[in-house]
Amino acid sequence: MSTAGVNSQNGTGTGQTYANGPTQAPASLHQVPGIGSGMTHQPAYNPLQAKAPTPPGLYPYQPVPSFNSSPSAQPLLSSPLVGRPPSHTPPLSASPGPRLPHGHATPPPLAAAAAVSSSSYYPSSQHSMAPTWQFNTVPQLPGSVAPANVPFRGTVGNHVNPPASLPAATSSAPFSSTPPPLNNPQPPGPGIPPTSMHGYTQPGLAPSPGNFMSPHTYPHGRPGFGPPPTGPPPAMKPTPPPPGAPVTSATPPPPKADGALTGNGPHAPNNFNHVDNKMAGQTQPGPPNRHVGHYPSLPPGYQNTSHAGPPMHPPQPYTQPTQPYQQSLSGPGPAQLSPSLAAMSLQSSTPEALRVVNLLQERNLLPPTAVSAPTPCLPQDLQKINCNPEVFRSTLTSIPQSQSLLNKAKMPLGLLLHPFKDLSQLPVVTSSTIVRCRSCRTYINPFVSFLDQRRWKCNLCYRVNDVPEEFMYNPVSRSYGEPHKRPEVQNATIEFIAPSEYMLRPPQPAVYLFVLDVSHNAVETGYLTVFCQSLLENINALPGDSRTKVGFITFDSTIHFYNLQEGLSQPQMLIVSDIEEIFLPTPDSLLVNLNECKELVQDLLKSLPNLFLKTMETQSALGSALQAAFKLLSPTGGRMSVFQTQLPNLGMGALQSREDPNQRASAKDIQHLSPATDFYKKLALDCSGQQVAVDLFLLSAQYCDLASLGCISRYSAGSVYHYPSYHQQHNPAQVERFQKDLKRYLTRKIGFEAVMRIRCTKGLSIHTFHGNFFVRSTDLLSLPNVNPDAGFAVQMSIEENLDDMQVVSFQAALLYTSSKGERRIRVHTLCLPVVSSLSDIFAGADVQAITGLLACMAVDRSVTASLSDARDAMTNAVIDSLSSYRHSVLTIQQPGLLAPACLRLFPLYILALLKQRAFRTGTSTRLDDRVFAMYQLKYQPLAYSVLLIHPALYRVDDLTDEGALNISERTIPQPRLLQLSVEKLSREGAFLMDAGTVMYLWIGRNCHSNFLTQVLGVPSCSSVPENLYLLPELDTAESQRTRAFVGWLRDQRPFFPSLHIIKDESQLKPHFMQNMIEDRTESALSYYEFLLHLQQQISK
Amino acid sequence: MAFTFAAFCYMLALLLTAALIFFAIWHIIAFDELKTDYKNPIDQCNTLNPTVEKVKKIKRVKIALKLVLPEYLIHFFFCVMFFCAAEWLTLFLNLPLLAYHVWRYMSRPVMSCPGLYDPTTIMNADILAYCQKEGWCKLAFYLLSFFYYLYGYVNVSSD
Repeated sequence: MSTAGVNSQNGTGTGQTYANGPTQAPASLHQVPGIGSGMTHQPAYNPLQAKAPTPPGLYPYQPVPSFNSSPSAQPLLSSPLVGRPPSHTPPLSASPGPRLPHGHATPPPLAAAAAVSSSSYYPSSQHSMAPTWQFNTVPQLPGSVAPANVPFRGTVGNHVNPPASLPAATSSAPFSSTPPPLNNPQPPGPGIPPTSMHGYTQPGLAPSPGNFMSPHTYPHGRPGFGPPPTGPPPAMKPTPPPPGAPVTSATPPPPKADGALTGNGPHAPNNFNHVDNKMAGQTQPGPPNRHVGHYPSLPPGYQNTSHAGPPMHPPQPYTQPTQPYQQSLSGPGPAQLSPSLAAMSLQSSTPEALRVVNLLQERNLLPPTAVSAPTPCLPQDLQKINCNPEVFRSTLTSIPQSQSLLNKAKMPLGLLLHPFKDLSQLPVVTSSTIVRCRSCRTYINPFVSFLDQRRWKCNLCYRVNDVPEEFMYNPVSRSYGEPHKRPEVQNATIEFIAPSEYMLRPPQPAVYLFVLDVSHNAVETGYLTVFCQSLLENINALPGDSRTKVGFITFDSTIHFYNLQEGLSQPQMLIVSDIEEIFLPTPDSLLVNLNECKELVQDLLKSLPNLFLKTMETQSALGSALQAAFKLLSPTGGRMSVFQTQLPNLGMGALQSREDPNQRASAKDIQHLSPATDFYKKLALDCSGQQVAVDLFLLSAQYCDLASLGCISRYSAGSVYHYPSYHQQHNPAQVERFQKDLKRYLTRKIGFEAVMRIRCTKGLSIHTFHGNFFVRSTDLLSLPNVNPDAGFAVQMSIEENLDDMQVVSFQAALLYTSSKGERRIRVHTLCLPVVSSLSDIFAGADVQAITGLLACMAVDRSVTASLSDARDAMTNAVIDSLSSYRHSVLTIQQPGLLAPACLRLFPLYILALLKQRAFRTGTSTRLDDRVFAMYQLKYQPLAYSVLLIHPALYRVDDLTDEGALNISERTIPQPRLLQLSVEKLSREGAFLMDAGTVMYLWIGRNCHSNFLTQVLGVPSCSSVPENLYLLPELDTAESQRTRAFVGWLRDQRPFFPSLHIIKDESQLKPHFMQNMIEDRTESALSYYEFLLHLQQQISK
Repeated sequence: MAFTFAAFCYMLALLLTAALIFFAIWHIIAFDELKTDYKNPIDQCNTLNPTVEKVKKIKRVKIALKLVLPEYLIHFFFCVMFFCAAEWLTLFLNLPLLAYHVWRYMSRPVMSCPGLYDPTTIMNADILAYCQKEGWCKLAFYLLSFFYYLYGYVNVSSD
């Protein structure tokens, strides 16, 4: 599937190396939403404004002090110089570049303006940037600006998406449009300097793909400059001094350039932008994209010019919070953003993420559509090729310089990974030598720097390595001598086909063993029929090749094996009743080649459900069955799928019921979250050693002690599925879910005998892993199987100061055997900036990732300590980080509960976690449900676990096509996200709650009859049947819209959320209401009360 | 001046403490190997935790080297000896460690065999760091007590 993806080999053309980028295209999607989220932040500027001194002359200087971060920013700038870069780009040459412009600029008054603008290019200009901002808002010269704006809008969009890296071709179009503005505005000042820079820096650097970027930057920059001169000439004059200062600071850019080198040297102009970004990042790390979103309406030129002038206006952004979102959605040309614009927007954006939000006063914090990941504040060319946040995400998109700084911020540092995600496009590289660092074994990636054509410097350990001869040839462009254009250096996510050095043994075949519970209880639930049916339907879709093997074991109080040897007329059942000393009745033919024995297998599947219809055996010897299965699989490794419907109560690994149903709600603390025996864990470790993974399907109405049984999957890198109260007749929704899940499970991609290693830049180290696997060494996970639905989380710690680093990188390399018997390595590399100030750290916080990581940590805590401990720890996490923000970042103390805009959802998410099934107290929760919820939080990829934590609520009775998405000719309406509070419900409406694995459609008592008849096909609310779990397929626009929306939501995740249609009196209504997180319940605080509690704790 | 029971206890403790120092060093090395990725945690835990077969083997070979439990037993053993010899001060000095050992063993992860270390959690940075620190602290404690016993031995036998 994925392999088919972009073949770099096919290479589109030399020029389009970036075009390879298509792989990253998925990323762009994400980012777009990100922008939208950014929008809301706009108000952040306020503080700045308030602080900004009105005197124009002083202006440039003052902003610096006003920024909390700014002081820190300066040191950073200087640091790059000191850092490694010097070797690459001659700093000298770089500095002259910037200066040149100044020289020109200063003499003539006009030039002064230009100079100011140019200052923006330089990192130092940042300080002035803040004021600039205000300027932008000043609507001067509407006429002249207007033309510029149009192109800019496009660019703005682009900006948002830049990471997306649209094909170069598209980007070019926008560029062409820009030229006119270029001419109009004063070209000399700003435009020239960059070019000069360009020339200087370039020599050292290799020609980079980035080239096309640079031209853009210039044009954009110019238009921007144009407006300023006209607007605030007086202001301008004072500004000149700042530019000078910037110049000195400007030197930093060269180092940046080095960073850029990784991407490719030539971006000199970009470098400037980067610098700016950096600066901006430091001052306000907020993702650049966000800014863009906000300001689209503003003339880009203004933004640039704003530096010079005092803030005339309050920022407009406030009024237009929603705009960004729309833009991002429609955003035609993110790719078209000019770097300079991007830089500008970055700068302006910085305030966004840090805008102070008084949580007690602002009620509507939820963005109208899904919250997206913030974008690291990186130079644009780096960000463009950075790893997709769905695959690799960090809780802090700006890495603190030292552990003490991290401790001060009181936020967890960690990574969330979804390494084996199904990707629509994935570059695959076949080569006999895979280029890796000789000392740390890092795979070559887009963030390494090429010292020259022959040597590259590892970005993790900084060792200088030789470029092998073979790497000099670029298969994409079919050219020689351009190692930096190889796909490995152009894509942050890439897959290698590994040569034989990466095999300890010949790649194993795909082996599937099914272990089925056939006791009376199991037969009663009727799952066997569904399973056999599903497997029969999908037997040809099982991933594998001609060597694929399958086998079956069934068990009750004895173990039944099935001899499927070729030549038998029908499957032969072999029963082993000695469950204490389990043995295999025949050495072979229990696992058979699927292709050769397909008919026998099909016979078996057809007869299996009837075989045990009359069984009276109630006992279950799961432990022995697992041991037998392990013996069967251990020579080859493979996947074991275990279906269990009751508590194992016989033989090895027998368990006792530990749950007292009467204590569910009342118990002060929840017991029995840890395993009762280590039998399953030890077996799992044995399995792991033999490359066997165990997937557990638990279908049961009673207590099954998932806490103990789950270990078998947890340490063997399997997955756990739980279908509480599964019953063929009584619970059709559950049956449907089981069917769909099973289909996905059987047909999804699979990787065998896998290991994943996570490397990070020297100075960082891995603290703890979360997920299903066995940790084999400090950075190595052993994954007997890896599946595309598994997520991982990693806690990081900072062991050495990262003072002299601009960026750090993380690399996850997953080595696996594909179902076709190929050894492959999938490598993801993420690059993040290093910052030195608290405010920058806060501005880069990714609230969803933080919540996800905290959830993982809390699960660990509740197992090792206690649930109440974990709950306290989560609450303290919010209190600590917000109070740290209040005391260390905010300079002006205001009353209320203050949070930076990027963390505004933090208390809400934590409250949601406290009310999540895994952690809630006071509500009757079955132990298995709770433990399963914990498992989910740990191994679901973040994108899915967010919904488990904070469900999404939509009003669906008034869906319209306004703002709808169009995907493959289907129109998908996009209703607004609502807060999870009963006050948002109304009796006249119908509301859809998407809680990840389940969806509820709540029908109000007085729901519009239109909706009832057109969507549900019933005349009145009272005639809506109980237990309705399907939307009837009616031929009406409303029905189509609703189904399209529900279908779209379902398509976004690999598992199948069942839909329940509920009314006021439905049995499931309590489940629906329990998800109303913002409301008060008997045992839990409402959102507002929770905020008050936080405030009280913080002000203590 | 006679060779009293107390003196015997001190002498015994002296020898055993030397063994314990050896244990502690081995313990530190073992965890260092883990940290530096020298060994697989399953193997390491298997050597750190005495399994039944290993205990048998050890009786035979008389090398108690690889065990955590023997360390606890040895320490407990000479604590009892000091108790019998009515060396209250020495006993008092050893009580904290004794109590720590009891607590440590009581709070071990769920395991079906004796032992303290769980291969699935041992790679957690906190646990690893804790175990290493524990090793160093014990080494220091045993070294100090070694000299204390030496002093005690001389002191008791010269009385």
